[in-house]
Amino acid sequence: MRNVFAFLSGGLFGAGLLISGMTNTEKVQGWLDVFGDWDPTLAFVLGGAILPMAIAWRFATGRARSVLGTNLPEKPNPRLGHNLVVGSVLFGMGWGLVGLCPGPAIASLSYGGVGGLVFLVSMLAGMLAAPPIRVQIDRMAAA
Amino acid sequence: MIEQDWIWGFAGGLMIGVAAALFLLVNGRIMGASGLIGGLVDRSGKANAAERIAFLAGLVIVPAILMLAFFPGLGTNITGNWAAIVAAGLLVGIGTRLANGCTSGHGVCGISRFSLRGIVATVFYLLAGGVSVVLFKHLLGVI
Repeated sequence: MRNVFAFLSGGLFGAGLLISGMTNTEKVQGWLDVFGDWDPTLAFVLGGAILPMAIAWRFATGRARSVLGTNLPEKPNPRLGHNLVVGSVLFGMGWGLVGLCPGPAIASLSYGGVGGLVFLVSMLAGMLAAPPIRVQIDRMAAA
Repeated sequence: MIEQDWIWGFAGGLMIGVAAALFLLVNGRIMGASGLIGGLVDRSGKANAAERIAFLAGLVIVPAILMLAFFPGLGTNITGNWAAIVAAGLLVGIGTRLANGCTSGHGVCGISRFSLRGIVATVFYLLAGGVSVVLFKHLLGVI
């Protein structure tokens, strides 16, 4: 059952990414172009997504288990840390450069062409490279 | 076009939010695209690999069917600049793993539970995305 609902969640997520325009790199770059000809649609996508999720978190508080009996996530970690900031800045630079973030990069696998595939493979390579880079950054921050 | 864009953006956003709510309340999991695939890449998530693969399968298959049915021939409008694609993929992969989340995990799931980490990450990747578009589009003209 967990896998069935995981598939359904993934499918609905993908449909939402497609319909919202998140897999259209030209639109996304226009949404991020706050210093140019800015299109504020991204605020509606994020706002629309946060709304049902805020209700879901209210349902989840005070409960220990999900509908299928698995543990619900723990309270959010309040520690910020340098990796959160460095990582988010690197991610944002890449997102602006091509207009794809991880969800849409995966969702567009079937229609993203060779360019989308090269992006996805590069992203996975970056994910593989991240743990040793994190060790380096921690070493630099400690010095 | 912008008038219609925000309606589609909001509708797609609601679907993304309902997908995240379903994954949280039914499966007890946080719907973060970079974490779900990243845990498969570096094997840190092998304990629930089947659930991750099921989610990712839905994320790929449902948009594929929708594109075939309603928008055949449409793509992602991704840039033809291969260096930009590889660089952006690496940045997105490294950055999201360092920050432990992307638009879905920090943006949708984090902000909706008032997580400080989610809010800080989102501010930094949105700012960096805006700077990136200015730099690569308006100043350097590579995209």
